[in-house]
Amino acid sequence: MSGDVCIVGIGIHPFGRTDGTSGLDQGVFAVRQALADAGLAWPDVQFAYGGSDAAGNPDTMVERLGLTGVQFINVRNGCAAGGSALFSAQMAIKSGEFEIGMAVGFDKHPRGAFNALPAEYNLPEWYGEAGYMITTQFFANKITRYMHEYGISQTTLARVANKAFRNAIHAPHAWRREEVDIQTILDAPLVSDPYTKYMFCSPAEGGVALILASEKKARELGKPLIRLKAATMRTRPPGSFEVFAPSIDIGGGKATATQIASADAFRMAGIGPQDIALAQLQDTECGAEVMHMAENGFCADGDQEAWLAQGRTEIGGALPVNTDGGCLACGEPIGASGLRQVYENVVQLRGHGGGRQVPGNPKTAYSHVYGAPGVSAVTILER
Amino acid sequence: MVFPCPTGDRFDPVPLSRTGTLWSFTIQRYRPKSPPYTGPAAFHPWAMGYVELPGEVIVEARITNVEFGAIHIGMPLELTLIPLDPDAAEPVLIHAFQPLGQPIGASA
Repeated sequence: MSGDVCIVGIGIHPFGRTDGTSGLDQGVFAVRQALADAGLAWPDVQFAYGGSDAAGNPDTMVERLGLTGVQFINVRNGCAAGGSALFSAQMAIKSGEFEIGMAVGFDKHPRGAFNALPAEYNLPEWYGEAGYMITTQFFANKITRYMHEYGISQTTLARVANKAFRNAIHAPHAWRREEVDIQTILDAPLVSDPYTKYMFCSPAEGGVALILASEKKARELGKPLIRLKAATMRTRPPGSFEVFAPSIDIGGGKATATQIASADAFRMAGIGPQDIALAQLQDTECGAEVMHMAENGFCADGDQEAWLAQGRTEIGGALPVNTDGGCLACGEPIGASGLRQVYENVVQLRGHGGGRQVPGNPKTAYSHVYGAPGVSAVTILER
Repeated sequence: MVFPCPTGDRFDPVPLSRTGTLWSFTIQRYRPKSPPYTGPAAFHPWAMGYVELPGEVIVEARITNVEFGAIHIGMPLELTLIPLDPDAAEPVLIHAFQPLGQPIGASA
């Protein structure tokens, strides 16, 4: 195939909690919106990759969308499911075999979801019995070490949450859309030190669909060309520190799947971090956004303290981060979360961000997800 | 070197150091879900973290016999055993680390 793979249609079902609507139906809602946005009908879609962690098999949505015989592949890849679906869809068009396809993701998690059992992670039973089978513990340990090594304060963590809720006010698809001031965030009950309850995202619901097309097809559709310059998905390197780790290598905890996926994406796109106008970085907790700023190459370890204090990641800053409030404000429906980031990037590149629009006519946008047990997916879009 | 020693013949069991330094930590402020947690129904927050055993490996463990506010990265620690449920008739013991030089039998 010559030219780039382009995103020609986007759709989203609002994140948060929608009682009475299944995860699958939220996915279908997003697909219909994306098709309308692209000016296409379901029979035009030649293939689909779908991600859902806990809301059923995505391919069953053909019953709602139409039995066109379309090939529909289900993707399960933890928090990177959406990124993996997009990566796969991109490759299918790049191969030259297809011209129009779809990446879709949806999920519906109950409150306090994400029940993990030791056997699923090849761990002994005592590990769960003793109380270690808890993601928040891992996140807290990871950021405590990072804060110690690089001089990051708890106030910086609070600034991340404060920014997320402020940005979300202007994002109709976001869940938590009321500002929470920094002091309230800091004074809230601790969940797992140093994180208070506002510093973690919650399991949620939502659906996102993206229609992809070859550049030739995108031109025929007459849509603004939003080019997918890179989509990478990578697994962890040796010595990384991941969730549910009874031990870590000495000197470990520095190398991450994100670093590899990011470097790969920049290489493919032929640009560097300094060329990116805005970024959506995995922020399942405040420290994740902080650490991912460095892991994705946007700043050095420790610079985040000054970056946040100076507002450099605000909508009007040098590198706006999580312009729709990210996971902190949208919640995390696992299958849909990574695609939400790309949705938001397309909105921004089209200039349709409204009150959250990044000024200056942005031309490049970056997205990054990270999940257990050490998977990461990155995309770079260019207009 | 990994902990715990996996089953099978890829790894040989070796005794690990009983002392180390704190690598990172947090306080578990809410009761973990059961299953899999088998601690007492009445919950009191507890500290846990990762302890670097010099030249060996960094292991996850409870941190005990120390005020939460006194816990800090780099503090010297030694291995001990604590009951998962102190009120149980025959409590299950789990591994934990306490400040080095703690008198034997000191309570949290």
